[in-house]
Amino acid sequence: MRLAEAWRVAWDALRANRMRSALTMLGVVIGVASVVLLVAIGTGTKQRVEQQVEGLGSNLLLVVPGRLDMGSAPALSPLTLQDVDAVGRVVGDPNRVAVTVASGATVRAGNREDFTTVQGVLETTPTVFARELGRGRYLTRADVDTGRRVAVLGDAVARSLFPDREAVGQQINVAGVRFRVIGVFTPLGQSLGVDRDDEVHVPVTAAQRLYGTQRVDAIAVKAPDRERIDELGDRIVAELNGRHPGTEFSAVTQEQILGVLGDILGILTGVLAAIAGISLLVGGVGVSNIMLVSVRERTREIGLRKAVGARPRDIGVQFLLEAVLLTSVGGLTGMALGVGGALLVAALSPIPAAVTWWSLALAFGVSAAVGIVFGVVPAQRAGRLDPVVALRAE
Amino acid sequence: MSRGPAIEAFDVSRTYELDGVSVPALRGVSLTVGAGDYVALIGPSGSGKSTLMHLLGGLDRPSGGRLVIGGREVGSLSAPELARLRNETIGFVFQAFHLLPRTSAVDNVALPLVYRGVGARQRRERAAAMLGRVGLGHRLHHRPNQLSGGEQQRVAIARALVTDPTVLLADEPTGNLDSTTGAAVLELLERLNVESGVALVMVTHDAEVAARARRRIAMRDGVVVADSAADGGAGT
Ligand SMILES: Nc1ncnc2c1ncn2[C@@H]1O[C@H](COP(=O)(O)OP(=O)(O)OP(=O)(O)O)[C@@H](O)[C@H]1O
Ligand SMILES: [Mg+2]
Repeated sequence: MRLAEAWRVAWDALRANRMRSALTMLGVVIGVASVVLLVAIGTGTKQRVEQQVEGLGSNLLLVVPGRLDMGSAPALSPLTLQDVDAVGRVVGDPNRVAVTVASGATVRAGNREDFTTVQGVLETTPTVFARELGRGRYLTRADVDTGRRVAVLGDAVARSLFPDREAVGQQINVAGVRFRVIGVFTPLGQSLGVDRDDEVHVPVTAAQRLYGTQRVDAIAVKAPDRERIDELGDRIVAELNGRHPGTEFSAVTQEQILGVLGDILGILTGVLAAIAGISLLVGGVGVSNIMLVSVRERTREIGLRKAVGARPRDIGVQFLLEAVLLTSVGGLTGMALGVGGALLVAALSPIPAAVTWWSLALAFGVSAAVGIVFGVVPAQRAGRLDPVVALRAE
Repeated sequence: MSRGPAIEAFDVSRTYELDGVSVPALRGVSLTVGAGDYVALIGPSGSGKSTLMHLLGGLDRPSGGRLVIGGREVGSLSAPELARLRNETIGFVFQAFHLLPRTSAVDNVALPLVYRGVGARQRRERAAAMLGRVGLGHRLHHRPNQLSGGEQQRVAIARALVTDPTVLLADEPTGNLDSTTGAAVLELLERLNVESGVALVMVTHDAEVAARARRRIAMRDGVVVADSAADGGAGT
């Protein structure tokens, strides 16, 4: 009964000062909205990265020189095609091994040009990375063995160089050397701001000649057996360490990459949410302030209520509810704005955003808690007011 | 009605601390308010009338002496216990009405019942009935700013009586009203005192008004200088 009355009074008080209540809520609204939105973007990004890493194909092992600890500088690769053959022997199937030697290069066709990533690869790439060809054909073993100047274009490159012509069969010019287009990939889309269709595949041998090098940057292996993928990685690393004393190599699985990326994105999301949380705190201080004003304005009312039998607790609860109502309504509004903002971002920009229930529950819980924390002091002050003094107030 | 005295004060004092200086507002007041009494409290400004009223109503605590309200020792009660005692035994009427703005007459009157834990429907019924008794049955849903001063004070009187208290403490209840309206409010208070047997203690500056009371207590400088009951006049 008393609680129902307290709710009613709190609600009336907020409505009686609509403008002031709205302005006070604004801090909480902005805080909650940004927490919800930023967490949604963080979560969406994480989900997309996970999808993409998984989309690379299953049972993937990436072999790179250097350690994969964060902070260690990427080493210049000492790997060569002989190492790739050796890795193929360790795996037992050369068709499960892919390589890359990549560099940025300007690609021309007629008077059009495009700066893109040119990757030297083996004919095994589509098998290992689950890539699909839209048109034409991919590189063959013979193309690689003979260093034939043929190229497979990413969809974006094909559209940029040949906007109104079929790319397959055309000539392109890569860093001054002529290549013939033999195929075009199916589009993959954007990922983390990177256009994944902005690439050109050529035989690794041709790329090495183009860049004047014997090295390959990295080796990828599609492990035949998920259970023994770590053991296979160890054997590959051991083989390479034997062939290149003094250089360290690492073999990382998709799970490990996902783990590292997930950790980084998790920290990022947390930091973003914490920054947004600060504005929630600032909003809370505003609530505290306005509640003190409210207590002062209604001093005579407090005195009167006490005179007719309200206990200190009844008065305290009444003002605490008012603060909680203020921040909860602000929190709900902020949630609505945050969800709306996330949907808008997801729909209108390449940034992914996924609203999660836990972030909504958290945001609402936190805004109610802010009301309690920042409402307690004004509420206590109201509850302790001397009724005689209160009744005399102006 | 063989109830004991409604309120008993034994050598009650009240001292205010003001910037480190002690201001004695009451200096040893002893008196008894009996059930159904009609007492006029008179005295010059600053003599301690309001201070005494606050103590008699349990709104304030004495600095010294003993105070017993409704048979309960005020000094031994916690703040919530004292609040409950006020709710059950005391009704206040103030010079400034002290009605809640933006709140209808019936809800203003029902307010004390909220703190007694009475359900919303019953609150309204009892408040409406009480407003009927003070002649405002047709003003239930008016807000204070839609009522005349006399009507507002009658709402306040209804609020003071809705809990069926034993004592009604009225501090200059007609002080903010013109003489005609004031007289009507006074008549209402006297009628309720007779009808429901609630003791009425009223502060007044008006000698004519004081003369109508069955008992007069005169104060000066924080002490009782005359009490018609003690003088053997009419009273309990
Ligand atoms: N809160 C307070 N702090 C300090 N002194 C106070 C306080 N309240 C009252 N007093 C002092 O106590 C004395 C009695 O005050 P009180 O209000 O009881 O007088 P009163 O008889 O009701 O006067 P009036 O007829 O003007 O209403 C006065 O001298 C007053 O200044
Ligand atoms: Mg006074």
